[in-house]
Amino acid sequence: MIFSTTLLAQALVSGTLIGGVFALIAVGLTLIWGVMRIINFAHGEFLMIGMYIAYFLVATGHWNPYLTIFVTVPALFLFGVVIFRTIIHPILKYPAMNQIMLTLGLSLILQNLALVIFKADVLTVQTPYSRLTIPLGEVIVRVPQAIAFAGSGVAAVVLWLFLQRTDTGRAIRAASQNRDAAMLMGIDVERTFLLAFGIGSACLGVAASLMVPFYYTSPTVGLFFGLIAFVVVVLGGMGNFLGALVAGLIIGLTEAVGAALLPGTLARVLTFGIFTLALLFRPQGIFGGRQQ
Amino acid sequence: MSTLRKPSVFVPAVLFALLLALPGVASEYVIHLSVLVLMYAYLATAWNILGGYAGQHSLGHSLFLGVGAYTSTFLFVQMGVTPWLGMWLGAILAGVVGWFVGYLCFRYGIKGPYFALVTIALAEAAVYITSNASFIGGARGLEVTWLGSRPDLMQFNSKSGYYYIILVMTALAIILTKWCSQRGFGFRLVAVRENEDAAEALGVNTLRTKIQASVLSAALTALGGSFFAQYFTYIGPKNVFGEVPSVQILLFAIIGGLGTVWGPALGALILVPVAELARGWLGGSFSGAHLLLYGTVLVVVMLFMPKGIIGLLGRIRLRPVRRRQARVEDDVT
Repeated sequence: MIFSTTLLAQALVSGTLIGGVFALIAVGLTLIWGVMRIINFAHGEFLMIGMYIAYFLVATGHWNPYLTIFVTVPALFLFGVVIFRTIIHPILKYPAMNQIMLTLGLSLILQNLALVIFKADVLTVQTPYSRLTIPLGEVIVRVPQAIAFAGSGVAAVVLWLFLQRTDTGRAIRAASQNRDAAMLMGIDVERTFLLAFGIGSACLGVAASLMVPFYYTSPTVGLFFGLIAFVVVVLGGMGNFLGALVAGLIIGLTEAVGAALLPGTLARVLTFGIFTLALLFRPQGIFGGRQQ
Repeated sequence: MSTLRKPSVFVPAVLFALLLALPGVASEYVIHLSVLVLMYAYLATAWNILGGYAGQHSLGHSLFLGVGAYTSTFLFVQMGVTPWLGMWLGAILAGVVGWFVGYLCFRYGIKGPYFALVTIALAEAAVYITSNASFIGGARGLEVTWLGSRPDLMQFNSKSGYYYIILVMTALAIILTKWCSQRGFGFRLVAVRENEDAAEALGVNTLRTKIQASVLSAALTALGGSFFAQYFTYIGPKNVFGEVPSVQILLFAIIGGLGTVWGPALGALILVPVAELARGWLGGSFSGAHLLLYGTVLVVVMLFMPKGIIGLLGRIRLRPVRRRQARVEDDVT
């Protein structure tokens, strides 16, 4: 095997950058899990919807890709709220497996509706940023990836501040720590669930807009990112915000370094291997229990 | 003779006899549909042992389907071993994998959503492993070579040959389920599902019970995988190990009724023809018609009848009784 330090350094850089996006996607999922203990199997499909919105705004409306955030975020928030109201809320009291089957069904619906409406085409859009690169010694940093990394970081910090510093954020955290106690303190738990589901979905709006300049959009794009989000959430500890951020970077690096060192698509096996090991030996995540 | 008169034996026996006669009267298309119904009924019945009776919902049962399909097909294509033998080797291999998965998960107390996630991860890993293994065709997959009408190689000119095989397989799987459900093993499975701690306290070796269910379910699923390969004559990483087959295996059990003998078959009987017809009508314009239907049905069933169709039938039967009870209560007050 040809081993070059440049290749490895390049993988480290790209892995870190994409890892930031993985982290943001996973934060949305972990927020929903942490608050209402629902595993949303349609999480990746929510991202797919955001990407189609961003794609069409850029491709046909000639928007600046990063300005589409002002559409994708409210759209995904609203979509999350509607989905929560119509199908998630009625099954909150059912066993976890029913919830998994329901969201699995939802993901099949969304994926195949997208297939009906947009066909199986893989859509990419050229933006002024798409081909920009910054040379960093022998390593090349792609500008849209770097912006996505920075944007994800900003979004995560904003969300974290929201959860830590605002009353609504505190209510959400309280509801996730102890539902009954929160209710006794006068917190409208139902409303925090709704908000958490909306915010968790809105994270995907940010991720979608950040990814459109450099990633393709297709009906099945959510499959991959949905699975990656699960890997990251489990590795970071279900419901653990900071854990998801660190685990996002770990998985980003694993994917990129694995792709550089292993032939074909075997790097993916590494990712799922880490996932299985994490579930078996550290189901509480790399940082132990939930901390928020 | 007395056992034959019991409706629970008599009705299925007549049904089986009627189904045996079907190829004589039905068109090739109806037989094809019947093969699909029976195949999914069979796979869902196999899944139901672990998912329904033992309550451990595997979302990655395509792992075992794939092991069965790849083992028999690899042995057939590369070494000329007949699938009649290959399918059993596949079942043994899948049983070993099922033991491994079961031991790994249940030994470390993985259950519920976590078990579902591990099984997805393992099936997904299998997709990428097979995609990169050139000796089994890599991402292109394997094609079952057509050597003419050779019943000894599980190859038939008409669809009826395949139909009889899957009919017998399904019948045997249902009988096995029924047999297990009336014996200690079945009781232990349900005990584990309903309350693991209580079962353990009563002396049930819950770890061993769950692993047994996993091995049995995996081996049965693998036999179905070998049939799948022979019938469709092509297997690839995504179409046997992927997410779609996993969903299709568990779907009919969930919709029909978890942990019931006839639920999985009923689910397949109701849903597969509708899905296939929808695919026929819309097939040209888009390929996901059946999946769209499955997704919708899954959401609707989970929202309105979480115990599946059998649960709904049970409720209908109970309704007059309840009404009578209500009337009695009215009289009392």
